[in-house]
Amino acid sequence: MRVRILVSFKDSVLDPQGQTVKNALHTMGYEAVKDVRQGKVFEIDLAGATKKEAERLVPEIARRVLANPIIEKFEWAFLKGE
Amino acid sequence: MKFGVVRFPGSNCDFDTVHALRDVLKRETVLLWHKDHDLQGVDCVVLPGGFSYGDYLRSGAIARFSPLMQEVQAFAERGGRVLGICNGFQILLELGLLPGAMLRNKGLKFLCQHVHVRVENARTDFTRALRKGQVLRIPIAHFDGNYYAPPRVLRELERSGQVVFRYCEADGRATEAANVNGSMANIAGIRNAAGNVVGLMPHPERASERILGSVDGRAIFESLILSLERRGPARRPAARTKARHDR
Repeated sequence: MRVRILVSFKDSVLDPQGQTVKNALHTMGYEAVKDVRQGKVFEIDLAGATKKEAERLVPEIARRVLANPIIEKFEWAFLKGE
Repeated sequence: MKFGVVRFPGSNCDFDTVHALRDVLKRETVLLWHKDHDLQGVDCVVLPGGFSYGDYLRSGAIARFSPLMQEVQAFAERGGRVLGICNGFQILLELGLLPGAMLRNKGLKFLCQHVHVRVENARTDFTRALRKGQVLRIPIAHFDGNYYAPPRVLRELERSGQVVFRYCEADGRATEAANVNGSMANIAGIRNAAGNVVGLMPHPERASERILGSVDGRAIFESLILSLERRGPARRPAARTKARHDR
């Protein structure tokens, strides 16, 4: 069973890397771009865990390790076809 | 007294720190390996600068789970003095021994330069050889030194004198221009509520000898020596609240 976890800055935290990408896109003429937020993606193979166990483990792992709850939020989903 | 300098894979200021403590300040100093569980009876733990675990995930995020760091956490909770320099400061934040977090520098550049910092609180065991308002010239070298804390935490830090150092001009004014990495309220260093844990981004060990161009950093180590050799045993701090990560 594989899951994908997306970690990104909370809306209240400035994301200077996202801002820089946004500015670059504007320079290139992509006027439609209103905002860019940069994040990190983790794919975790939870071989041996049931779906129910995964639903308990993944948020715990994300909170304790993958994200710093002071500045970051996360969302996650099971990968399709699993 | 005896200092312990913790070495992680990727630490690169460990020897500089040992040199400053052992050869310049003439105090017994041991290197502590991150996989050990033994603090070797040290009176003060120093977490040196560097790039522990390559700064993977977030600066300090992996080092905080090292076996030795669990001992350091218990040592700090008993009132032991812990000083985190640069990457060491980042580790203390990730561990929850100090409040807040580090973001990438505002200009997205690695900054390696001398800066001025103002002593905001001289009534700590880490600054007692200094005076309030004194300006120190100490180098920084970091990518993630943009201090962030939620507004409520920041208010509490200011209210209780937990801001120890602030980036400033040579004359002591804490301007926006002097705030090179974009830290909230120009914060360069803080202490915990109990006062036995301090983290700062500037490198005092790189400003401890005349040949290095500044001796301003030495007073931080001298303060610790004064505190630990001339005063009684560590006061017991108030019980620490659990780190946010561990909820």
